[in-house]
Amino acid sequence: MAAFAPGAAVRVKDDWPESRGPAHIRTPHYLRGLRGRVVRRLGAFANPEDLAFARPAERRSLYHVAFDQPSVWQEGRPGDELLVEIFEHWLEPA
Amino acid sequence: MSTVLETDGERLLAALGVVLAEKGIATPAEIAERIAITDQASPAQGARMVARAWTDPAFRALMLEDGTRAAEAMGIAMRGMPPLGVLENTPDLHNLIVCTLCSCYPRAVLGYPPFWYKSAAYRARAVRDPRGLIAEWGTELADNVRVRVVDSTADYRWMVLPIRPARTEGWSEARLADIVREGDMIGVTVPRAV
Repeated sequence: MAAFAPGAAVRVKDDWPESRGPAHIRTPHYLRGLRGRVVRRLGAFANPEDLAFARPAERRSLYHVAFDQPSVWQEGRPGDELLVEIFEHWLEPA
Repeated sequence: MSTVLETDGERLLAALGVVLAEKGIATPAEIAERIAITDQASPAQGARMVARAWTDPAFRALMLEDGTRAAEAMGIAMRGMPPLGVLENTPDLHNLIVCTLCSCYPRAVLGYPPFWYKSAAYRARAVRDPRGLIAEWGTELADNVRVRVVDSTADYRWMVLPIRPARTEGWSEARLADIVREGDMIGVTVPRAV
């Protein structure tokens, strides 16, 4: 059921739904298009992008994904990381 | 019952309660229970959990595995709350919690978020310059410590299990809980023996 196992290399989709119309998004903009590593699957939750508009919301897998923090900003201390909850439909294999 | 202290907010709450009951959405008992739960929530609850984890290895293991069950084991009401995750600071890893999208916060165990937690400055700087931010709180991290910023974006709520400070050997759980502040469980500060 889960598409990504712990340790899987993933990329956050470089997608900008907010540029196409009203949208509710839980994927921070600063991570779009960036590579990360799945730490673990946290569970399945109703898709907030639909819930926010009172639409029927499918349950989607939610992952904890780690990103190299300095490479996100081109500054910072090597080894520091970001750990972020990302829904499966925002991830693609990298 | 009307008193001179009654406010518009109280009248609005009473009227809303009647409508919710009439429509079968929520009973007065459910609303009263929720208000009681909200009133109980404060950083003291999270501090109790931290102190228990410092003194009881089995509880610490449960807390890191399933924060919700650990909170419930201490009598903290978690029904209807998002799942709670607990991230452990270690001698070489320091966690910092932020919600860059809004203000997601483990309210059941920490209460209302402090005002700065919701500020645009905290949210932006926590992910971009966490070390600068932590230093401004007067928190010193050893050179070998990695920083892990946890951006709370979705359905979980996160709190930090800080490191038990030195020179607290033999302290009671209650005394330990007294030195744990909300910032220690967000990760901007670390507890100190006082």
